[in-house]
Amino acid sequence: MQWEVVIGLETHVQLQTKSKQFSGASTTYGAEPNTQACEVSIALPGVLPVLNKQSVECAIKFGLAIDADIAPRSIFARKNYFYPDLPKGYQISQFELPVVGKGKITIQVPAGKNTEAYEKVINITRAHLEEDAGKSVHDAVEGMSGIDLNRAGTPLLEIVTEPDMRSAAEAVAYAKKLHELVQWIGICDGNMQEGSFRCDVNVSVRPKGTEKLGTRREIKNLNSFKFMLQAIEYETQWQIETLEDGGTIQQATILFNPDTGETRAMRSKEEANDYRYFPDPDLLPLEVTEADKTRVRADMPELPQALQARFTSEYQLSGYDASNLTSSRAVADYFVAVVNAGGDAKQAANWVMGALSAKLNAEEKTVAESPVSAGQLAALLKRIADNTISNNAAKQVFEGLWAGEGEVDAIIEAKGLKQVSDTGAIEAIINDVLAANQAMVEEYKAGKEKAFNALVGQCMKASKGKANPAQVNELLKSKLG
Amino acid sequence: MALNLEDIKRIAHLARIEVSDTEAQETLNKLSGILGLIEQMQAVDTAGIAPMSHSQDVTQRLREDVVTQTNQRELFQSIAPATQDGLYLVPKVIE
Repeated sequence: MQWEVVIGLETHVQLQTKSKQFSGASTTYGAEPNTQACEVSIALPGVLPVLNKQSVECAIKFGLAIDADIAPRSIFARKNYFYPDLPKGYQISQFELPVVGKGKITIQVPAGKNTEAYEKVINITRAHLEEDAGKSVHDAVEGMSGIDLNRAGTPLLEIVTEPDMRSAAEAVAYAKKLHELVQWIGICDGNMQEGSFRCDVNVSVRPKGTEKLGTRREIKNLNSFKFMLQAIEYETQWQIETLEDGGTIQQATILFNPDTGETRAMRSKEEANDYRYFPDPDLLPLEVTEADKTRVRADMPELPQALQARFTSEYQLSGYDASNLTSSRAVADYFVAVVNAGGDAKQAANWVMGALSAKLNAEEKTVAESPVSAGQLAALLKRIADNTISNNAAKQVFEGLWAGEGEVDAIIEAKGLKQVSDTGAIEAIINDVLAANQAMVEEYKAGKEKAFNALVGQCMKASKGKANPAQVNELLKSKLG
Repeated sequence: MALNLEDIKRIAHLARIEVSDTEAQETLNKLSGILGLIEQMQAVDTAGIAPMSHSQDVTQRLREDVVTQTNQRELFQSIAPATQDGLYLVPKVIE
């Protein structure tokens, strides 16, 4: 039987605020235990929550960025469960009326072994404001658990998708896109090691062609894209094998173990899942007006989609190039800087997505860490455009820039890469090559087109790659003509 | 909606409240009374009326995003049953 995997994601995005969701305690990461746990964070009796304005604006930004309905009135609810890192006995969240409603995110799924790259729209069900729990430390004292409530009450936006994804690659493409977007609009620092961006992935399988969803298992707290891919692939295979062996899938929360590459059940969900939500009487309904939205919108950067449209219309880039260049704000900024510094847009696009990104990937660097500045790349492109160097030579100059060997013109000089465009010099080379390769000349004259390319190759080789290839082509043609 | 003793035990467990069998029976009677009251109210036609989420007809006031709290760990931990290295200690919990 052919199986189809169905995936939905819930992502906890830590919002970039100075203070907590409902109190004036600091949210700085890595402080000494409980030094940022005020009376609200530790839930002393009688304390009251007061909502953070900044986190509401973050939620509005996200809603605007995914073209979602933003609720004019949303309410907070208590999600009840017992765990020592949740001292109130409930988490303040949103249940029935979340601040952000239905929206859309378009993802680019990269080409796989047997598939072409493609775009897909992922529907967002909702995004709601809530607070984080504290942390438990299990090995500090024998027989006891230590509780650090610094993180308790940290502002989160939980973003929930429809079960729209059909492969691990799509799920990862979505997670990456969302990760870029929340950083692009400046609502999250995106630091996955510190837990600022955590994904829960719901996975189920069903026979291909059927409508009914299978029973899902939820993989908790994935904090790297690599683990997400591994976890989903392992889990999918496990579910398919279990069903094919005549077993059934129990709804469960599961954890991924990066060391073994396997998933295992954490707890069965039936009992733990009864959260008994009810509206929190300590918080009044949250109102978001049109004026609020207008004010927040004015403060937002140009969104990836808008920039993409501008790249295609202003710079005549293909949709594919434009979408690649807007995959992150840093890449887009770099590209625009190259163009503004005088680089040809199409060439700039090719170099940013080609040589530059290949080097960055190989050395696991971000574009912000690139040793080659946008200005240097623009200078290099100018030297290609004015025929000072060939494309091949440009690659060597780029390597030189990367290695910090100096500026573009100095490297061209030092490596002797200047292209020979002097007709006389090129003719001399061609004459030598023709004399030495009479056999090829005969082949060409007998109608073998390939021989011509071989001769061009010989000329380029004889010039040590410095001859202007277009000129070589032209002169050779006229000589053989 | 009718409750039975098992429901009461389950609700008590979720709320981590210990109830004896006598207490469970008493609680069942009281809760059933409340549910009966709600059932009566269900008869009222509320079509077209937005559900009320708060008794006051006002909206949430927002707080500027400023750190106003200082570290009072020592004070707060002076009433905690057990602490070590700045951590609150609780009986071991294992997932």
